[in-house]
Amino acid sequence: MIVDAGDTAWVLGAAALVLFMTPGLALFYGGMVRSKNVLAMMVQNLGAIAIVSVVWAIVAYSLAFGPDAGGGFIGTLRLAGLAHPNAQVPGYHLTVPPLAFAAFQMMFAVITAALLTGTGADRMRFSGFLVFAALWSIVVYAPIAHWVFSPEGWLFKRGVLDFAGGNVVEIDSGASALALAFVLGRRHGWPRDVMAPHSLPLTVVGAGILWFGWFGFNAGSALASGHVAAQAFVSTQLAACTGLLGWILVERWRTGHATTLGAASGVVAGLVAITPACGYVNSMAALLIGFLGGVTGVLAVSAKFRFGYDDALDVVGVHGACGVVGTLLLGVLAMHGAGAHLLGEQALAVIVTIAWAFTLTYAVAWLVERSVGLRVPRQVEIEGLDTVVHAESAYDFGNVRATRMG
Amino acid sequence: MKLITAVIKPFKLDDVKSALETFGVHGLTVGEVSGYGRQKGHTEVYRGAEYQVDFVPKVRLDVVVADEDAADVVDVIVKAASTGQIGDGKVWATPVDQLVRVRTGERGPDAL
Repeated sequence: MIVDAGDTAWVLGAAALVLFMTPGLALFYGGMVRSKNVLAMMVQNLGAIAIVSVVWAIVAYSLAFGPDAGGGFIGTLRLAGLAHPNAQVPGYHLTVPPLAFAAFQMMFAVITAALLTGTGADRMRFSGFLVFAALWSIVVYAPIAHWVFSPEGWLFKRGVLDFAGGNVVEIDSGASALALAFVLGRRHGWPRDVMAPHSLPLTVVGAGILWFGWFGFNAGSALASGHVAAQAFVSTQLAACTGLLGWILVERWRTGHATTLGAASGVVAGLVAITPACGYVNSMAALLIGFLGGVTGVLAVSAKFRFGYDDALDVVGVHGACGVVGTLLLGVLAMHGAGAHLLGEQALAVIVTIAWAFTLTYAVAWLVERSVGLRVPRQVEIEGLDTVVHAESAYDFGNVRATRMG
Repeated sequence: MKLITAVIKPFKLDDVKSALETFGVHGLTVGEVSGYGRQKGHTEVYRGAEYQVDFVPKVRLDVVVADEDAADVVDVIVKAASTGQIGDGKVWATPVDQLVRVRTGERGPDAL
């Protein structure tokens, strides 16, 4: 294979950008939870990086991108342990080292798992979450990645388009989050008790980091440095912007206020919606997709109150719903091949991804809850995770007044 | 001796402090508190979920004065803290049994 220095530099840089999104997510989510739980949220995200990266290297990469085991369903274990690091990735004609590709995709697996900390906020057990994330990466993430991202995957072969992870990351996490919300149950006191964000400045900084990292996520998925990456980059930016505008416009109309949280959320909603489409649509289409993503997001986050499931930080509403919208819009707005047939394939991918992600996540979460335990006891939840689970206080402004022991 | 306690609007603290110093009171204790009365709070909205915040930030100040100064000190504070708007606060006086200066051990009015 021919290794292009420009392509490789970009993909490696993009991988680092995508990794940065998970600490960014820690800030984004961290600011939205109550102060007694902010450290727990952040360390769960750090933990997700650690556990999923290891599982990816050992087995999940091979399941996702290894030679197909038959039927386009799952890869073999031939690439387990990142073996054969110089052999061309099955089905691909990359101009970057396979190891760079593996690293890039690792960061995708990491952040998808990390997104689920948003659903379990304020009540998820740390040890249980780590076990869950490890199993989930193998059983839920890797197969969907194989179907959609691997050229040997059955959805890829049907012509399903997903440039950077509308199915693999967004719809997958959204559907998984719904299942996780059901298994975990509602937070004590939800929805009547006040559970307002404790630090929106953290959330906004986190949104900025997600925005920045998303350029690696989307433009990096061109797996080369050139025209396609440039289109993906521009589409990403435009969609983020119209996502913000769409969200706050609807918000202002519905509630009378355009909020900071709404603006930050709108950015994410627009970015989610453009993720499957960024390299496949032109710039004006990206404006529209982002805008519809923002509008979808602001409306979708109310669903949990209507249906009574505690998706604490709206993973279903922002990632799931906006991912579906973006994936379907791609069917009609793609620069090449748009039309009824593509739309049908996109819809199939949406349905299959939701079905698999929801069902298997429910099973894995149920198993973990029954064994290691996935939810903390009620008293721990009331007291706060930071002090009880992690023996720490996030903010000491002279108010904690600790004394040294022993 | 009397303990004069006042709950006032935070941005009026400077005016009250200056007025007290002009009067001759050169020390006080200040705390950040929350309160509500006739002044309404505000609503907050987070992703469509609305919250009512009744409590309004206030400043509480405490100062111990001689019996003969208590009435005047109350008047000084009231005048300096007033804006004429709802939420200006309240001032009250309570008797003090004992007062000691920590550094020197002086007691009673000598500790003022």
